[in-house]
Amino acid sequence: MAAPGALGRYSHAVVRALPEVPGAAGPGGPLDLAKAQRQLGVFTGILRQPLGLQVVALPPAAPCAVLLEDLAVLQGDTALLTRPWEPARRDELGSVRAVLEELRLRVVAVTDEGATLDGSDVLFTGREFFVGISRWTNHRGAEMVADTFRDFAVSTVPVGGGGHLKSFCSMAAPDTIAIGSSEAARHAMKAMEQLSDHGYGRLSVPDDPAGNCLFARLGAGGCALVHRSPEEFPQSLQPFQKLPGCTLVPASCSEVAKLGGALSSCALLVNTRPEA
Amino acid sequence: MTTEVGSETEVKKDSEQAGADKAKDKPEEASDTPENQKSRKASSEEALDSSSVPVPTSQSSPRSQKKEKDSSESKGISRFLPPWLKKQKSYTLSEPKDEAKKKAVGEDQAIEESECQLPGEVAQPKRSLEEAATENQHNAKADEKEEKHSVSSAETQPAKEDGKEMEVEKVAEEKEKQVEKEKRETKEVQTGEIKMENIPQKSPKKIKTVQCKVVLLDGTEYSCDIEKRAKGQLLFDRVCEHLNLLEKDYFGLLFYENSDQKNWLDPSKEIKRQIRSLPWLFTFNVKFYPPDPSQLTEDITRYFLCLQLRQDIASGRLPCSFVTHALLGSYTLQAELGDHDPEEHCSDYINEFQFAPNQTQEMEEKVVELHKTHRGLTPAQADSQFLENAKRLSMYGVDLHHAKDSEGVDIMLGVCANGLLIYKDRLRINRFAWPKILKISYKRSNFYIKVRPAELEQFESTIGFKLPNHRAAKRLWKVCVEHHTFFRLISPEQPPKAKFLTLGSKFRYSGRTQAQTQQASNLIDRPAPYFERTSSKRISRSLDGAPIRISDQSLLRDFPTARGGPAGDKVIDIEGAGQAKLKEGSREENGSPVKTPQLELIQDGKSNSLRVDGENIYVRHSNLMLEDLDKTQDDLLKHQASISELKRNFMESTPEPRPNEWEKRRIAPLSLPAPGRHGSRKEGPCAGVSDADKSSHETLDIVEEKKQAEVGREETVVIDETNKGKMQVATDAGETCKVEHLSKKDSSSLPSDSSSSSSSESEDEEVGEYHPHHRAIEEVIREEQEEEDDTNRKKEHEEKIMQHVEATAEGSKLNVPAEHTAKVTAESLVQENAVTIATEEKNFSEEMKQDLGEEKEEEQLRLNGDVSHVDIDVAPQIICCSEPPVVKTEMVTISDAAQRTEISTKEVPIVQTETKTITYESPQFDGSTSGNAGVLLSAQTITSESISTTTTTHITKMVKGGVSETRIEKRIVITGDADIDHDEALAQAIKEAKEQHPDMSVTRVVVHKETELAEEDEE
Repeated sequence: MAAPGALGRYSHAVVRALPEVPGAAGPGGPLDLAKAQRQLGVFTGILRQPLGLQVVALPPAAPCAVLLEDLAVLQGDTALLTRPWEPARRDELGSVRAVLEELRLRVVAVTDEGATLDGSDVLFTGREFFVGISRWTNHRGAEMVADTFRDFAVSTVPVGGGGHLKSFCSMAAPDTIAIGSSEAARHAMKAMEQLSDHGYGRLSVPDDPAGNCLFARLGAGGCALVHRSPEEFPQSLQPFQKLPGCTLVPASCSEVAKLGGALSSCALLVNTRPEA
Repeated sequence: MTTEVGSETEVKKDSEQAGADKAKDKPEEASDTPENQKSRKASSEEALDSSSVPVPTSQSSPRSQKKEKDSSESKGISRFLPPWLKKQKSYTLSEPKDEAKKKAVGEDQAIEESECQLPGEVAQPKRSLEEAATENQHNAKADEKEEKHSVSSAETQPAKEDGKEMEVEKVAEEKEKQVEKEKRETKEVQTGEIKMENIPQKSPKKIKTVQCKVVLLDGTEYSCDIEKRAKGQLLFDRVCEHLNLLEKDYFGLLFYENSDQKNWLDPSKEIKRQIRSLPWLFTFNVKFYPPDPSQLTEDITRYFLCLQLRQDIASGRLPCSFVTHALLGSYTLQAELGDHDPEEHCSDYINEFQFAPNQTQEMEEKVVELHKTHRGLTPAQADSQFLENAKRLSMYGVDLHHAKDSEGVDIMLGVCANGLLIYKDRLRINRFAWPKILKISYKRSNFYIKVRPAELEQFESTIGFKLPNHRAAKRLWKVCVEHHTFFRLISPEQPPKAKFLTLGSKFRYSGRTQAQTQQASNLIDRPAPYFERTSSKRISRSLDGAPIRISDQSLLRDFPTARGGPAGDKVIDIEGAGQAKLKEGSREENGSPVKTPQLELIQDGKSNSLRVDGENIYVRHSNLMLEDLDKTQDDLLKHQASISELKRNFMESTPEPRPNEWEKRRIAPLSLPAPGRHGSRKEGPCAGVSDADKSSHETLDIVEEKKQAEVGREETVVIDETNKGKMQVATDAGETCKVEHLSKKDSSSLPSDSSSSSSSESEDEEVGEYHPHHRAIEEVIREEQEEEDDTNRKKEHEEKIMQHVEATAEGSKLNVPAEHTAKVTAESLVQENAVTIATEEKNFSEEMKQDLGEEKEEEQLRLNGDVSHVDIDVAPQIICCSEPPVVKTEMVTISDAAQRTEISTKEVPIVQTETKTITYESPQFDGSTSGNAGVLLSAQTITSESISTTTTTHITKMVKGGVSETRIEKRIVITGDADIDHDEALAQAIKEAKEQHPDMSVTRVVVHKETELAEEDEE
């Protein structure tokens, strides 16, 4: 049971490095390996400082394996290992399970053979879950989320446009959802507003990818928001600047995006002291 | 002596009857303060003195031989016993209970009661057995009534009898002891019979009792005998009393039909009509889960809520994660066992607890681990923590119903405080907040919700679900109606009065709303009651009270006993809350003119009522009701104080119902068949009927909205009142908010009358409708005929609107100006008023009669309802002035309906009022009047108040014919006596309104002035 205010409290971050294999490509085009590694490196650095997280790095696997978020849904002391839509990716689950168990989380796995679930279709707002029903995640996958996190309302949100739910939205602050401006994003936002008992603030950004950001509380009581860099999305910077009392940390993610990922995809954020 | 007694007997009967009547007449009296009761008693004694007409000793129905024998025997014996001996004997028999009673009951009260009963009892020796029996019945009945409101009341019949004896004994000191004792003797015998044989006694009313069993939340069973014809409320009240529970509106009694279908016992209906099979078995459960349990007043209430939730959790109805199971379990342990004690609590100490449907070793370990961290929490604190965590669970308070969607897919419909949730498996796939729902209905096994159009959408949509069967559909519908009313409304709407046959369910939630119950519980003023937690015999410590040591468990069980508490403090129960209010009210009235800080300048109750009504409106319209509640509550409370007092006066003096337009509307169909309405009636069952159903206020608003949508219009409604004496009326208005506000009543009764299609309270109605909002705003109830199909529906809808207009025209001044500007003349108004009055009176008495058979509380509600009409009307009568953008006054309608209401009822004071309504309206209106309803985009209501004025701003955005328009309606109530310059205040208000919205034009100003004409003089 997350007390309001638990959102953004993390102690550890699990990341995975890119394999040193040239010529990797994702749906977004061929990957510039060096650039991708540089971006990931910067991102990992941000997780350490200023976010102050302990970073656990997993050994490299396939290029898309850097998208760790797809593999697990975390809330409180519980981790749900997903069942990614791409069968090949299910092999990556083992290492994730190992590290999560090591972090003393209660690890649950999706058992339903008919379920598919990508972690980046799951948005936890601090109060409830929204699960995007997308190309990657089906209804039964969403059910697994509901089954695992029983304290919370789990609502399904149809996601159009071929992306994940979190391709265009995320929590920008407690009770505030950052949302892109595409049709798919607006539809999803509307659905979420309709489904929720809570009134969420809406932080609209012009670019869908910029809607994916990463909110974290800092030890000292402040908070930080890691967002896509202005070099990538110059117009989306301004909305973030309206957030009061939040340290903005720009990060680039263009190469990972070619793999279908976003900022939040690159790490699993864990709080090993949910009750503290 | 003999003769004397004899005559007394007769008289007594009379008086008792009168007493009963009285009780009916003044239900609130029952909940009065002792002083009040005293006065009432006094009056009934007067009645006794004066009524010397002998009533033939009723006897008739043959009684069982055995009984006769027994009683005659005992009676015979008792005759020969010396008084002191008899007395002793009776003491022995009843002593324990008497003691309890004495503790519980305030001395005053006991004496009062016994005084009331005395005449009959004195007379008893003279009576035949049959008489005695009858008497007993009467007494029992009267007692029951009394009991409901009395602070301490007995759980069962026998107990009641005992109580009576005790009272009698007291009186005995003042009266002839001998006779009295004999009488008592007789009584005992009778009691015994009731108890042992449970033989239905025949009396003129043929009262039979049935045994009811109620499984309580702690798993124990409570059983009692209850009159076969009793309504649900009676049983429920008994149970609550047994539990010592005051905040009882969150709870209800469930009975099971076909083992798995649970039904809530409707308090307003006879039990036997709801539960067809014997035995009568119920479970006591939480019906409305308070969204914020910390706002409950008493620990004991929270405790019962905890028990319910523990049940819900253990049974799996309320799903929790592992951690939450463990956490909640640990709070349970802390509450039940206290601090973790390593010595006493060895590893298996939690085996007896079930925390989860599937409890694992791991979970238990976690529970223990967490339990250790709660050291120092009192049971009450632990309960609070438990609730704080439980309330955040997503399924907290969600009542699930199986259904299929339009494609036949299995889903679940969850009804909760905020609205209706749609689940597929465990996933929430849709949600309809109450404000979004315009209408809820069911037909056969289908359940429909009509949903407000979403942004940018033009049309409302109706969504249908298929329930397993008709009963399930109806059950779901009822639950929705109840939840909506409880959580969203300030006061319940009254069920349509079924005078004629109508198809469809008349069901409405008739209990208190959350707002009302919170208000009532704010007045609870008793030492924290002691109660025993299920598994611990420990001290019950409470957050708000000092620890109390309970030595004897039986004491705990015997709530009435424990209740009085060592301090002997007066215990106020829910009804008691009412009492408290009354007291306050009277105090205030008698004392300084200053009632409360907020009401300082508003001294007349009427203005209060207006305000309250206004609040009702906005609340109804506002999505923020729950959040706004706090603010409103204070006011309401204050109202109540004065209002209850006023209400009492009103009751006592039988009101001169101040005919108001709304009243008229309501009654019109009965007395003055309105042509328009009749016409519509013929049109068919569906014709406009239900539309009328809205509460007056709402109707008002709606009509205006529909008709007048003009771009940028601003309306100012000013209510200017100078009537102080009017308070009675006003009072009732306040009442509205308090117990059962019947503002809806008018509306509801109206529609049903007009539609007159069919009615019948049968449980099997095939259809039922409920409009949480009318169009955008309001709640309408409509009864539909079964044959009606969807095509019809649309048409119906149109008709509805029309009907609406018509009704308005007939009824309300306010609406009238808006629509057909000056068509209604003052004359006609006056006429109507006269009629209304007469009718009203009649109704009133009719109602009383009807109510006689009912429980007191019910009556109270109803009566109040009637009363509330009055107030309601007052409000709308207000004043309309509309002005064109350029302050050119096109139309002026002055209806000066100086009403002289003289109602010749027993003690009716005559009150004269003068009401002036002035309407200034801009000509532009006419265009908009044509009745094209725009599409409502949003509605918003804001209230502000200053010392002498209350301003309600209602902002409506409509899209009409592609043009969007914003209409702001301000209702300003200026209250005060002649000291205030009302004209100036009005001018000021209008000016302010203009200044606030410079870009808008004032289209209408309605000024309604009410003045009371020397009320006192008349008396």
